Amino acid sequence: MSDNKLPSGHTRIDTLEMRGITKRFPGVLANNKVDFDVRAGEVHALLGENGAGKSTLMKVLYGLYGQDEGEIVLNGKNIKIESPTDAINHGIGMIHQHFMLVETLTVAENVALGMPSSRGFLTDLDRVSKRIIELGKIYGLEIDPSAYIWQLSVGQQQRVEIIKALYRGAALLILDEPTAVLTPQEVKEFFVIMRQMVSDGHALIFISHKLHEIMDICDRVTVLRDGELIGTKIIAEITKSELANWMVGREVSMTRELADIERGPARLEMININCNSNRGTPAVRNFSLNVHSGEILGVAGISGNGQKELAEAITGLREITSGSVVLEGEDITNHLPGEVTERMLSYIPEERMRDGMIKDFSIAENMILREHHKTPFAENGFLMLKTIAKHSDDLIDKFRVKTPSRETKAGSLSGGNIQKVVLAREISRQPRVLIAAQPTRGLDVGATEYVHAQLLKQRENGTAIMMISEDLDEVMAVSDRIAVICEGELIGIVPRDEATPERLGLMMAGVREEEGVQTA
Amino acid sequence: MSEIFSATVIIGILTSGIRLATPYLYAAIGETFSQRSGVLNLGVEGQMLLGAFVSFYVAFTTGNLWLGLLGAMIAGALMGLAMAYVTVNLQAVQGISGIGFYLFGLGMSDLLFKMLLGTVETVKGFSVAPIPVLSKIPVIGEIFFQQNIMVYIAFLLVPTAWFILNKTTLGLKIRSVGENPDAADSLGVSVAKIRYFTIILGGTLSGVAGASMSIALLNVFQQNMTSGLGFIAVALVYFGAWRAWGVLAGALLFSMVQAIQLRMQIIESISLSPDLAVMMPYILTIIVLVASVSRVRAPAALTKPFDRGD
Repeated sequence: MSDNKLPSGHTRIDTLEMRGITKRFPGVLANNKVDFDVRAGEVHALLGENGAGKSTLMKVLYGLYGQDEGEIVLNGKNIKIESPTDAINHGIGMIHQHFMLVETLTVAENVALGMPSSRGFLTDLDRVSKRIIELGKIYGLEIDPSAYIWQLSVGQQQRVEIIKALYRGAALLILDEPTAVLTPQEVKEFFVIMRQMVSDGHALIFISHKLHEIMDICDRVTVLRDGELIGTKIIAEITKSELANWMVGREVSMTRELADIERGPARLEMININCNSNRGTPAVRNFSLNVHSGEILGVAGISGNGQKELAEAITGLREITSGSVVLEGEDITNHLPGEVTERMLSYIPEERMRDGMIKDFSIAENMILREHHKTPFAENGFLMLKTIAKHSDDLIDKFRVKTPSRETKAGSLSGGNIQKVVLAREISRQPRVLIAAQPTRGLDVGATEYVHAQLLKQRENGTAIMMISEDLDEVMAVSDRIAVICEGELIGIVPRDEATPERLGLMMAGVREEEGVQTA
Repeated sequence: MSEIFSATVIIGILTSGIRLATPYLYAAIGETFSQRSGVLNLGVEGQMLLGAFVSFYVAFTTGNLWLGLLGAMIAGALMGLAMAYVTVNLQAVQGISGIGFYLFGLGMSDLLFKMLLGTVETVKGFSVAPIPVLSKIPVIGEIFFQQNIMVYIAFLLVPTAWFILNKTTLGLKIRSVGENPDAADSLGVSVAKIRYFTIILGGTLSGVAGASMSIALLNVFQQNMTSGLGFIAVALVYFGAWRAWGVLAGALLFSMVQAIQLRMQIIESISLSPDLAVMMPYILTIIVLVASVSRVRAPAALTKPFDRGD
């Protein structure tokens, strides 16, 4: 094995430079003269807020987008990358944030797709399978080549993506938010694989906005903001909070201050609620909980323990099989979602892209979804377009939504800005009760801080807030009280100052405490 | 009543059932290819009509059936090419543009018929070509191996399509493009090329399906002679769950019902209104589609235009 070879047998990429890359989209300058470079044997982090231009830059490198200006230099030689095929031929592989796998095909078929076959026009899946097992052994990526993608866990699917790239001879791998979809355990395993690859001479580009991961795994970090290059630094020479400030461009606080206010009366009462999952199995069991005016009640739990069903049961989206929901003294059990909305209950759904907005509607239209049929947005069945326009301009301004215009399709915004649109709509109607499900999932530190600030402001206004979250740090940072749910049952409620990750972690696993269980 | 159950009658029904399956098979196998790549081609009926006319006219004027068949293939392929341009390049809504192509084929075949022929003529179509040895097998030989060449090719198309879709690199690309074009694109597979290929292939086979009616099955050309058969072929692809063998099962189900229906009209002891009898395949279409709904998932990218977003 000669010096510039990788264990996979392919040639190493010693240096790759992107110089002065500019990419424009209609109305947006996604990358403005960005320089970026990566070397063999390092993990180089690409950091920036949602919509900073990280993915665009990487799509240019992978040939999915053509750059308007700038050049790409590989091992000192200027190269043209006009398609993914060019990138692959140069030894560049990309693991996309949303996996590029065909679910109905097997692992081997996904790996073989688009590659020349040793048997001409016939597929050579047995040979591909052998190679997959071989690569799996070298890099610790064991996978069954004959398994269908839909049978695999998310972590396993990611292995398939890596093998796909290695099979094609990737010496440089672009990892676009690879940990966003993984469980903490899977992240650990993934980092082991990354370290292995780096020590073998691969070059890795790691996109993430989880700062602790970047501190943990990367050698250098480059920060982008609004499509501009801010700079490149060595990780060993920077702290986590410096990194956060640098990325957002201002002081970012990692802690939250809860204003000292008096808790008001209970506005939302859940009394022995039971409801079923989509498959008809019990999802929420005998759940009783009160949410008071002027408090944030955090609901913590591991994903899939009935949180989503609980939120839907309260908001009228899911049938309650027994028990009742009382909103400010009025029984709203199994009322239609529209009737619940009328009683000034607002809801920030977990799946903001699917349930929170209509992707193909403009921002202005999305901002009046709840109130579109009422004055001042409609008179005698006609939409008051001027009022609607003014309303959305006000909200865009107030909630700092980054968009070319109010007519922009909501679906084309970045995750953080989409959540701001949803938040603006739900909060601006001054709700009495607010249900926020996973309000900061997938958002960067800046956007997360913003969403939390808005929730805290609502709390000060006396809104009763129930915040469902799987993120323990978040729950502990902004909740007055923390209710823990496991398998659809309330395990217990812990006041803010008594909550520790260990205690909550045990409860999330279903361990009840003898005392301290209260139902307020 | 007893005469329906006599051996000759049953063999007769089966023989004509096999023969009647021919146009369904060509059209539905072609449609299977385009749908597996994510394109719903609703223009099948129009492509069939144009193919039926062109093959008939060429065969009628030159006396050469093979030239006629070639003409049908070219006509279908050209319509497929136009469909591909509209779907892939212009990213049109497939259901609607398909209807447009149907109406074009319907009108164009009618217009050409009036201009070039004017009256209903007949040709001597592909004649029965018994396969040596096999056709001598009692019963089975009569049903399967005493047919015309276009019937044999239609049935051979089924394993061929299965083989291409499942055992070749081309088939892998087609299936990927229909399920997740972004994934295929990211691996350097040209979504546009694959879809052009399948849509043109589908058009060609639809043209052949039309020819199988006008120069093999009925040996005449009449206005709107396919009478919805192309739409049934589209339905068969759903019924067959986008698999060649499933399409074969569906095609046989329909052709057998049609054969029975035709026979019932002749048998005097059964007094079934011919109008009701003729309705049978269409009613069956509805029943079959309702029954087969959501049994198997359609290709995930079916009817979705591909756009990289650049």
